[in-house]
Amino acid sequence: MLEQWMYIGIFMVVAMMLPSIAIIIAGLLSPRRPNPIKNSTYECGIETVGPGWPQFRVQYYIFGLVFLIFDVETVFLFPWAVAYNRLGLFAAVEAALFIAILAGGLIYAWKKGALRWL
Amino acid sequence: MDFLKDPVTFLANQLVLWLTGLGLPEGVVRFLSFSIGAAILATSSLLFVIFLIWFERKLIGRVQDRLGPNRLGPFGLFQPFADMLKIFTKEYVTPSGVDPVPYNLAPVLAVSSVMAIWAVIPFANTIYGVDLDVGVVFVLAVGGLAQLGIILAGWGSNNKYALLGGFRALAQLLSYEIPMVITLLIPVMLAGTLSLTGMVTAQDVPFVAVAPLAALIFFIANLAEVSRAPFDLPEADSEIVAGFNIEYSGLKFGFFYVAEFLHGFTSALLFATVFLGGWRGPLAEEIPILGFIYFAIKTSLVYLTILLVDATVPRFRIDQLLNFSWKLLTPLALALLVAMALVDRAMVGMGVESIWIRLPVFLALNAGLFAAGAYFLDRARRRAPRPVVSGGPRPVARPENFTMQPK
Repeated sequence: MLEQWMYIGIFMVVAMMLPSIAIIIAGLLSPRRPNPIKNSTYECGIETVGPGWPQFRVQYYIFGLVFLIFDVETVFLFPWAVAYNRLGLFAAVEAALFIAILAGGLIYAWKKGALRWL
Repeated sequence: MDFLKDPVTFLANQLVLWLTGLGLPEGVVRFLSFSIGAAILATSSLLFVIFLIWFERKLIGRVQDRLGPNRLGPFGLFQPFADMLKIFTKEYVTPSGVDPVPYNLAPVLAVSSVMAIWAVIPFANTIYGVDLDVGVVFVLAVGGLAQLGIILAGWGSNNKYALLGGFRALAQLLSYEIPMVITLLIPVMLAGTLSLTGMVTAQDVPFVAVAPLAALIFFIANLAEVSRAPFDLPEADSEIVAGFNIEYSGLKFGFFYVAEFLHGFTSALLFATVFLGGWRGPLAEEIPILGFIYFAIKTSLVYLTILLVDATVPRFRIDQLLNFSWKLLTPLALALLVAMALVDRAMVGMGVESIWIRLPVFLALNAGLFAAGAYFLDRARRRAPRPVVSGGPRPVARPENFTMQPK
């Protein structure tokens, strides 16, 4: 058990290191001649107006919230799916009820217009 | 002979023997062999991308009636190497006002999160990084890391297009994660394990035959997760220039490129593992290298499908894309999960244990839900208002419509 996670840990370190080292080596090899115009924010040749972090649609947040509900739902469903073969019809009905309640949430968000892209 | 049957285990045993022979304690030997294994697997995944880039350019070229790369080496095979050398020596143009930590972390995170999936994929009976008993959850968790990379890139770049592209990418990835996770629950349910190796072993009948609709939804959601056409909105060059990677240059951009290709192939690996039975095939258990070949063939078929879809279909609009996920795929996936669980348990309760009797019922269930989904899709299409561009007669590009005739 712990050995598996040791391998994962080593693998993650290697996976982070390979691109970082490549980027650093390329940085040493490549030329470096910055100037203000080259380093300005790219907006198809038009001069930038205002900050680079503008206001954006609130809709993205709503989708994020709906996503959160379903993501948490699946976290609860994974243990059920693993133990599924050892459970009876009753557990399947329970899971169906659980999913139905959350599907109710989806229908609510749908009718409220949260899923409409304005 | 042992070496030919199972080279990886053979070499690993030799390595452990050699390290133990040096007089190192057991823990150090294990750590070193793990490190070498991880380094080889990670490097081979990165090197494999070079071949993928060549293959995709060649294939897309053929689809579009071009030759594709054909100058360097046989069939242009050395073209990606030349590109790699070129991109290695390119200057990093770091725009003023970037947030340095997210800006520099994003490309690394994008690649490493995809590479991490390779650690848990069983390539053959004995060829795998690690048999993690929560493999599926690990894959999903690392997939979330890729989304973090994209939002970091969009936020750190100090650019409006990058920010918009980042949010767009995030909205898409979040939306399609839901149907993907729910359809992944069905193989987990059928196999009764979260380990990818266990899932392959459980597939006496490939899960694509048991739950074809789940496989289809998973495939579509996977296309969206890897931002392939018709879901390539985050990189819609005609709308938001290049999206979240607009301010990146040199190898930092290169790694976003690598991550995209690697992600496409990794999703094919995942599909082949979860739905097509991974390395399963005749004689695969006795001769692991044969299982590796089966797995490679299955993965190539899935990857070829992804590429052909990528080459042939036009792009979605963002509202169509979100509607498709939230109003069709998610309810359909939920209905499929509930229906399969209930019907399966009811049948087992009645004493029907054999998979061959349950299989036709599952197929009928999938077909029925597919028909329902197709009906609702068609109804939505018929109900949607069709925008009229203009009512009057429009000029057509005919010779008589030009005032100036060529002489």
